Amino acid sequence: MIRTALLVCAKDLRIEARSRVLLWQVVPFGVMALLLSGLALGPAHAGSSSAGPGLFYLVSLFVALLMINRSQGIESTPGTKASVATLGLDPAGVFLGKSLALAVELWITGVVLLAGAVLVLHTALHGAVLALPSIGVTLAAIAAAGTLYGALTTGGEGAATLLPVLTLPAFAPLLIAGERSFSAALHGGTLWEWWVILVVALVAYLAVGILLYGVLEES
Amino acid sequence: MMKQLSQRLLGPVTLVLLGLTFWLGLWVTPPDKVQGNLVRLLYVHPAIAWVALYVSFGTATIASGLYLWKRTRSLTMDRIAHCAMEVSVVFIVLTLVTGSIWGRPTWGVWWAWDARLTSTAILGVLALGYLALRRANDDPTLRARRSAVFAILSAINVPIIHFSVQWWKTLHQGATVFTSSRQVLVHGVMAWTLLISFVGFTLLFFWLLRARYRLEVEREESSAATLDEVLAARRSEGAL
Repeated sequence: MIRTALLVCAKDLRIEARSRVLLWQVVPFGVMALLLSGLALGPAHAGSSSAGPGLFYLVSLFVALLMINRSQGIESTPGTKASVATLGLDPAGVFLGKSLALAVELWITGVVLLAGAVLVLHTALHGAVLALPSIGVTLAAIAAAGTLYGALTTGGEGAATLLPVLTLPAFAPLLIAGERSFSAALHGGTLWEWWVILVVALVAYLAVGILLYGVLEES
Repeated sequence: MMKQLSQRLLGPVTLVLLGLTFWLGLWVTPPDKVQGNLVRLLYVHPAIAWVALYVSFGTATIASGLYLWKRTRSLTMDRIAHCAMEVSVVFIVLTLVTGSIWGRPTWGVWWAWDARLTSTAILGVLALGYLALRRANDDPTLRARRSAVFAILSAINVPIIHFSVQWWKTLHQGATVFTSSRQVLVHGVMAWTLLISFVGFTLLFFWLLRARYRLEVEREESSAATLDEVLAARRSEGAL
């Protein structure tokens, strides 16, 4: 399973590195969305560091939607599913690999967005650095959940519009826990409670994915 | 025989219990010491929420789980899950509407950013997402598999809603009938009205589920018959 996961992860990251969609399309979209969020709030509110964590995660979710669509798009190209089936790859490994690749992409974008939040939204650098581990776990949980939900919508009628309808409500608890842990890191609150929720969510999504991804692949 | 009798009695018994709930709730029970007549809404709101979150969503989740389990996999399970989810949407909307009507005079707002309210609204969107997912897939097996997985994933939200009043500081009150110390805080005719309401709305769910299930079977049969007619027409065209 781990071997398959690493193979699939390397394959997805290699495709991403060659196409450079992440660099030239997704990251600029995220930065633009962050700027627009600041503009929508107005200079008085956007400049206060309290808005930073919420906006950071909101933009991260939009970016994640683009990436999930793209990650599943790779799998739905002609012949890919048949090749995976012929190779006899463990579906749990495929799920883990795709989740890991998505998480890596989200971490990279997250670092850029975090720098944007520090520069544009005046989020305290020290707090942002403290929040890094919780951001990493939140984005990994989003990646795991996103891989599952992405597989649910692949190939269906209106898949691109269906994906946000299915994923955004599911991401809401992750958004809340992530935002609270980020805010706690900025303002000195208790971090461990939100950490526990985030780790439990990550483990739960990974477990469900390992168990059920095969069922979705069968279809 | 017993099955037929229970099916025939389901509708009338439901109507009697719901009628009894409204009569007891509106005329027999006294106004509350603190809430006054507003308490009368609470004879229906918790029962509707019970059906929305636990009975209907629970039925949809269990049926989805049974569909995914190879031993019990059948399109009957998929139909039950689908029909239960549709009924769930109706009850979730009713939960939010009755809660909002109660919240306006009590809290001063129609909507509050409260953990219980927000998580219930999210569950409503998830239930709508389930129905959208079904519409996006034409192949019955693919549709059944995907929607079963989605229903199980969505069910994670139910315990979050249940424990939200304990995990967060919420405007929504905690348990009233059975507290964490197992003490019943509602007594007398108020408790009986609440109990009848819970049974009545639960039976209403099963009545609606049964009706919706029959409708779904008829719809499938009708579309299969239409397909047969079209195929027969094409074949006869070819024979000419």
